[in-house]
Amino acid sequence: MAKKQVVSATINGNATEFLCEPRQTLLEALRDNLDLTGTKEGCSNGNCGACTVLLDGHPVVSCLVLAMEAEGAEVTTIEGIAPSEGLDPIQQAFLENAALQCGICTPGFIVATKALLDTNPSPTENEVRFALANNLCRCTGYDKIVRAVLDAAERRKASV
Amino acid sequence: MATVEQDLATAGSNGSGPKKYKVIGTRPIRHDGVDKVTGRAQYGADIRLTGMLAGVVLRSPHAHAKILSIDVSKALALPGVRAVVTNADLSDPGDRMCELGEGAVNLRHLNHNIFAKDKALYRGHAIAAVAADNIHIAEQATKLIDVKYELLAPVVDVVAAMQPGAPLLHADVYTDDLGEKSAQPSNVARHFRFEQGDIAKGFAQAACIIEREFHTATVHQGYIEPQNATAFWSADGQITVWTSTQGSFSVRQQVAELVGAPISRVKVIPTEIGGGFGGKIRVYLEPVAAALSKKTGRPVQVLMSRADVFEGTGPTPGSFIKVKLGVDAHGMIVAGEASLAYEAGAYPGSPVGPGAMCIFSCYNVPNGRVDGYDVCVNKPQTSAYRAPGATNAAFAMETVVDEVCQQLDLDPLEFRRRNAAKEGVRRVDGPVYPKVGLVETIEACQRSEHWNTPLEGPNRGRGVASGFWFNCGLRSSCSATVNPDGTVALVEGSTDIGGSRTGIAMQLAETLGIAATDVVPTVGDTDSVGYTDVTGGSRVTFATGWAAYLAALDIQQQLCARAADEWDVPAEAVTYAEGGVNGPEGRRFSFAEIAAKVNAHGDPVVGRGSADPQHCGGAFATHIVDVEVDPELGKVKVLRYTAAQDVGTAIHPAYVEGQIQGGVVQGIGWGLNEEYFYDVKGVMRNSTFLDYRIPTCLDLPMIDALIVEVPNPGHPYGVRGVGEVPIVPPPAALANAIAQAIGIRMTQLPMSPPRIVHEILKKNV
Repeated sequence: MAKKQVVSATINGNATEFLCEPRQTLLEALRDNLDLTGTKEGCSNGNCGACTVLLDGHPVVSCLVLAMEAEGAEVTTIEGIAPSEGLDPIQQAFLENAALQCGICTPGFIVATKALLDTNPSPTENEVRFALANNLCRCTGYDKIVRAVLDAAERRKASV
Repeated sequence: MATVEQDLATAGSNGSGPKKYKVIGTRPIRHDGVDKVTGRAQYGADIRLTGMLAGVVLRSPHAHAKILSIDVSKALALPGVRAVVTNADLSDPGDRMCELGEGAVNLRHLNHNIFAKDKALYRGHAIAAVAADNIHIAEQATKLIDVKYELLAPVVDVVAAMQPGAPLLHADVYTDDLGEKSAQPSNVARHFRFEQGDIAKGFAQAACIIEREFHTATVHQGYIEPQNATAFWSADGQITVWTSTQGSFSVRQQVAELVGAPISRVKVIPTEIGGGFGGKIRVYLEPVAAALSKKTGRPVQVLMSRADVFEGTGPTPGSFIKVKLGVDAHGMIVAGEASLAYEAGAYPGSPVGPGAMCIFSCYNVPNGRVDGYDVCVNKPQTSAYRAPGATNAAFAMETVVDEVCQQLDLDPLEFRRRNAAKEGVRRVDGPVYPKVGLVETIEACQRSEHWNTPLEGPNRGRGVASGFWFNCGLRSSCSATVNPDGTVALVEGSTDIGGSRTGIAMQLAETLGIAATDVVPTVGDTDSVGYTDVTGGSRVTFATGWAAYLAALDIQQQLCARAADEWDVPAEAVTYAEGGVNGPEGRRFSFAEIAAKVNAHGDPVVGRGSADPQHCGGAFATHIVDVEVDPELGKVKVLRYTAAQDVGTAIHPAYVEGQIQGGVVQGIGWGLNEEYFYDVKGVMRNSTFLDYRIPTCLDLPMIDALIVEVPNPGHPYGVRGVGEVPIVPPPAALANAIAQAIGIRMTQLPMSPPRIVHEILKKNV
């Protein structure tokens, strides 16, 4: 077993140092080394999107990123989406549109939605569906998720 | 504190006339919502306990093999490994049946499914498990376990498994053939029959008879959260289990039986659950974690990988179905005959029973016969999946109905309306329908904008199909404590997969005349709430909602007594109405006012509700779908989808729509994409979400849910079950749409691009 390494990264806005084994994924380090269990594991091979986080603003499936690759990076997880008080408009839109059932895919969808709306503030329905096609949901049939994302875009514009 | 008015302010319309209720029919934000959009909700794999070890299960690489020996010595010698367990570490519960709420299991088979005993019966069958300091060491250790196998020929197809001379899974399974035991052991565990009328006479009256054969592939529930279990076996013999499950009491019972402990020694704490759809009722990892914890004295968490989920947990069966339907010159069904053979997987117990009961369930079939066969194959033991057995059956029957309509030039919705099951109609398997809403769902489709908008363009077609599911009642419990700030703390026993705690809380709120947000619901563990059956059978809003209604009535009674005391009037002079207690001469306390007094003196007010309601209303749905088929690639694009469903009363319409939309999309996946691929060795070759492709949002249009409300007279608020029936019609509706689009009748699921291209090429030869 290779020696543990120190990784320095900014996680949810906080300068953070953590120890990890070279073989650990970012997903594993977030959940097991940093107790950020909001990021979910659904498949561990990049197919389901439940573990989506932002790495320097880009959405990545954290199960396909090694923890050591986060050195020097900014990582945003579901725990870092909401402001210190209240909720992000995306979160509010998911709640009010009943866009979750079991909720296991929700953190990944919300993080992926943030990445979408940060780059495309006014997506069409088809652009939403294209951008979120890497995130699997088995409960909702996606109807209310897509509506929530379109609603979140409106809310973000209204709050600017 | 919120008000009922605020709840109403955020409510949408459920489209059903004047409002009878204040809370029911509104759309409040679910109570567990904020935790779930911020990542705080704790699911099974999120449990972290001091000193916790990681467990990994070693699984059979072979589909069918005798286990000659298991040597764990090298694994145990690896630094960081704390324990290894096998079947020898489980208790043998004997050859007994155990009812799990949505189907019974044989406990000996369940024991052998947790860890193979003498034979591995499918690729992925658990053999042993390791607990180690971390998951990587545990994984490494499983590779050091030396298992000697003697390979046997596998059989993974239901038709092949029924043939004489097929590889035999069990030496001790004989066919229960219409009540007679077969002379020889067989893969066919059961053959049963339902009959009514005289089918020979019926078919003699037919102007049109269609007889077809259908095959459907094995598919998986596909919940996004893999199975998980965390257990701690304390030195005093108390076993605590944290797990994401559809039924904590069912887990308690199974764990107790499998580790040989009294149920009172097992406490199950249900975590949030990341989807189940029937697949999280049977236990897999819970007894393993408990056995590893017993050996190590430390808490142990065992998680499944996605491949483990596909290869080691219950899919729903592949099947072979024959349907023959006779219709007279007036377009009325005169006779039906069907035969259904379902894969049980490694052990007997497929849902062929409900499949056989459902196959003619949408129609008045005066003369009918249905034969069912439960068949063991070298695949994982099948589990319930949303209306288990019904979707396979509906695919066959609804396709034949469509072909009859085509031949007789009848409108498919009008044919269904005229032949529909309704109050008083006797199903082929015996029961006579009470008031049901199939006709209303058909009429809702006939009135819909979708049906009345012509579909144009080449390679496009429109299909319809109906479906039925029984729903069930079963037992539920809750308790509800009145807080002095005018709220109620509700503890209920149904694990919440899709927002049910809010639907239950709303029924309590309605009964007390308070706002949904003034009820704080919690899903209790097995030591803190009364016995509650599984979250399954579309029963929770119906039966646990009923328990909450009873708890509210109990609170009403206690508050009336309290008010009578305050006012010094006889108890019978006080009534509960309009959200408060009302006494003689206009005396009144609102709920909040009387609640403020309850802890000042006298007994705390705690309502109790326990229910075993019998009159669940059956659920019917009728769907319309438009598709476009790419004739070169065989790909089917879903253009538009409308699903009408009788829900009784929609308690929370947004989550009712969500159940319908989610069920439809699972049905679309089943119809168009999903299947287990096996190689000649019986090894599944697509055990990832990349290769076992469930629908993504890019594959789909919006799903229009038409909520039809024909209140169930057997429930105080008219609730029927909602969750299961929406998966039933989609594969058939898609097949009928494809037939209209390209003139080809698909008789095999999934109707995937290669199969469609194959049929197109065959037709063009």
